[in-house]
Amino acid sequence: MSAEANIRTLTIDEVDVSARADQTILEAAREHNIEIPTLCHLEGLSEVGACRLCLVQVKGARRLLPACVTRVEEGMEVTTHSPRIDRYRTMVLELFFAERNHVCSVCVANGNCELQTLALRLGMTHVEMPYQYPQLPVDASHPRFTVDHNRCVLCTRCVRVCGEIEGANTWGVMGRGAQSLVITDLKEPWGESETCTSCGKCVQVCPTGALFEKSRAGMRAQKHPEFLPYLRIMREGEQQ
Amino acid sequence: MNAEELQQLAAEARDERPQFDYEVNVCMGTGCLSQHSDRVKNALEKEAEISGRKCHVRRTGCMGLCAAGPMVLVEPAETRYGHVHEGDAQEIVASLGGDPVARLDPQLRGYFEGQKHVVLENSGHIDPEKIEEYIARDGYEALVKAVTEMSPGQVIEQIMKSGLRGRGGGGYPTGLKWDTVAKVKGAQKYVICNGDEGDPGAFMDRSVLESDPQRVIEGMAIAAYAIGAAKGYIYVRAEYPLAVQRLTVALQQARRRGLLGSGICETTFNFDIDIRLGAGAFVCGEETALIASIEGKRGTPRPRPPYPAVSGLWGAPTLINNVETFANVAPILRHGGEWFSSMGTARSKGTKVFALTGKIQRTGLVEVPMGMTLRQIIFGIGGGVPDGRKFKAVQTGGPSGGCLPEEHLDLSISYDALISAGSMMGSGGMIVMDDTSCMVSVARFFMEFCMTESCGKCVPCRAGTVQMYELLTRITKGVATHRDLDRLTDLCEVVGATSLCGLGQTAPNPVLSTLRYFRHEYLAHIDEKRCPAGVCEIGTGHPADSAEVTVAGEVHV
Repeated sequence: MSAEANIRTLTIDEVDVSARADQTILEAAREHNIEIPTLCHLEGLSEVGACRLCLVQVKGARRLLPACVTRVEEGMEVTTHSPRIDRYRTMVLELFFAERNHVCSVCVANGNCELQTLALRLGMTHVEMPYQYPQLPVDASHPRFTVDHNRCVLCTRCVRVCGEIEGANTWGVMGRGAQSLVITDLKEPWGESETCTSCGKCVQVCPTGALFEKSRAGMRAQKHPEFLPYLRIMREGEQQ
Repeated sequence: MNAEELQQLAAEARDERPQFDYEVNVCMGTGCLSQHSDRVKNALEKEAEISGRKCHVRRTGCMGLCAAGPMVLVEPAETRYGHVHEGDAQEIVASLGGDPVARLDPQLRGYFEGQKHVVLENSGHIDPEKIEEYIARDGYEALVKAVTEMSPGQVIEQIMKSGLRGRGGGGYPTGLKWDTVAKVKGAQKYVICNGDEGDPGAFMDRSVLESDPQRVIEGMAIAAYAIGAAKGYIYVRAEYPLAVQRLTVALQQARRRGLLGSGICETTFNFDIDIRLGAGAFVCGEETALIASIEGKRGTPRPRPPYPAVSGLWGAPTLINNVETFANVAPILRHGGEWFSSMGTARSKGTKVFALTGKIQRTGLVEVPMGMTLRQIIFGIGGGVPDGRKFKAVQTGGPSGGCLPEEHLDLSISYDALISAGSMMGSGGMIVMDDTSCMVSVARFFMEFCMTESCGKCVPCRAGTVQMYELLTRITKGVATHRDLDRLTDLCEVVGATSLCGLGQTAPNPVLSTLRYFRHEYLAHIDEKRCPAGVCEIGTGHPADSAEVTVAGEVHV
């Protein structure tokens, strides 16, 4: 196949863009500085399409499509913002806030939280839905890190980074529905996990204060997930 | 086995029948077994032996009318008895050849007239654990014909012509699905049978698997031939132990007869089937979650595309159909696609099995041609609402469907008509409700089901169903406001539009359909603090009743 055949042209928010055929709408949009909100997506990890914040309207499609997993197609007409989509996103964010105990003022990630940033950016000033106030455990058994399920959004970035990049597969998900929890090994305390290498990648990719390094809060708790694409490229280079 | 051997086997099995003057079939499906039909069968066998008459007592699968279990069918007189006990055995055997036992004949004919049995043609007539009896009734003729006389393309053409659509609920054209998988290139392809029937009140697939498992196996083998697969899986709920046991026996027998395995019908076609047990998650009926479950992963759906037809089980092209869909395949090939498409409506062909339950005289399985009206099924076949109560609504499509009121009783059943009325075909559950049912409580029941069965992967379904359930609870408690109703409507829209898989996308349907047809009941709860059906225990207006739930305040972050 010639190089030209691999290029697709489409419009995103009425801007003409071109992208490789294997790129997603999200990648194409970000390359052209068109912002689509995301939470479970992280460059360097596989996509799960779970947070539903990147839903966009594609002309001719029956439903809204997640931009993170939808490949570009020739002549596609994508709308990333409309009153309807924006309203859905705000409500989805509210659902996130209301389902667990997201109280920014007392959170270690205050100021460094992707959920908080999204709320600010999408103009979600308050939560109309009743908070669920679930009673969830905090596991501080690991010498360096803590998991606080009250702040977890179940994006599974920790599960994916541990399996895909570190290769330890320490993290997993148990339970279903609102009872889902991320767990280490077979729900052993994190500090007693035999597979955890204490690499801390899960902490760096966690979008909220659910996973954090002990004795670091506020400005000192900045996370650095930007190492992932670099690691991935280096690993793939080694394999070739 | 080749065509001649199959015919010989069928002839042998048929020759056995004239040795008996009478056949007494006893239903040994889950429903009748729970009423001790096994004891009835033993008693009948004993009496037949004592009487010395040429009478064959046979174990069969479901005869349909589960409400009258245990059921007994006497051939060739075609007399059906209901509520049979061990003590009735002697009278039944004595009456053979004469008048039926009047005491035991509770006018069951009305239930069976008007039905058209294609999927259930053998149910209640053959022993599900004897492949010979299936073969005697033209079983495996279609597979042998397909493999020896037809090309895969010709098989698909017949399925396309038949107009068969997926019986699991979605109604996707089966022929088109087969054609897609056949065209995708892949060294290894798979056929999966979805037997993870989980809708409350639905038991069609269980009955088919218990009564006629060979039919499903034959349908899968034909599909495998058509798309070029060598391996199949039947995914059955572990809650169906009898279906699993009969399937296991059926698979062994099919292998022994050379109808599964390598070199089927002395051709190069190989195909075998394994059983996989579901561990009790409703969401595993969703095809991508089911595939993940077979792979040994957590049963959660993933975004489509890629569809399983392109990338399914272990990344290979995969055909996945429902039990009832596969059960329709063999008759279509035997009689031709035109025969099948001559039944039903313009866009919904053939017959459909429904599980009639709820407030209805005759609970059980019915198979009717598409296009029959709800009234004919509920009042004609089902005998209407018992105890002189008034019909209120019928719920179709399980937790993804909706409730249809009396004015829709004359709706002809088809995929499209049900969807435009705000419900859906679903897998075929049909729950009838009378005036003692509160529609808000019904909506709340289904929402609770969706909430507890949500896999938790995407947030609208995981958290949205919880919020909707709480709002519905507030309404049933009589403490809701109009603002709550608006919020419920908003949530229905968001959860339906943004959820990842069908479970979340259709979870609002029971609420939306009851809001559409029974809005006055919601308003009665909210404005008058009254439950019209008298089901909800609405508080006495005591301040303590409402205090805990009225603080749906706004939390600043």
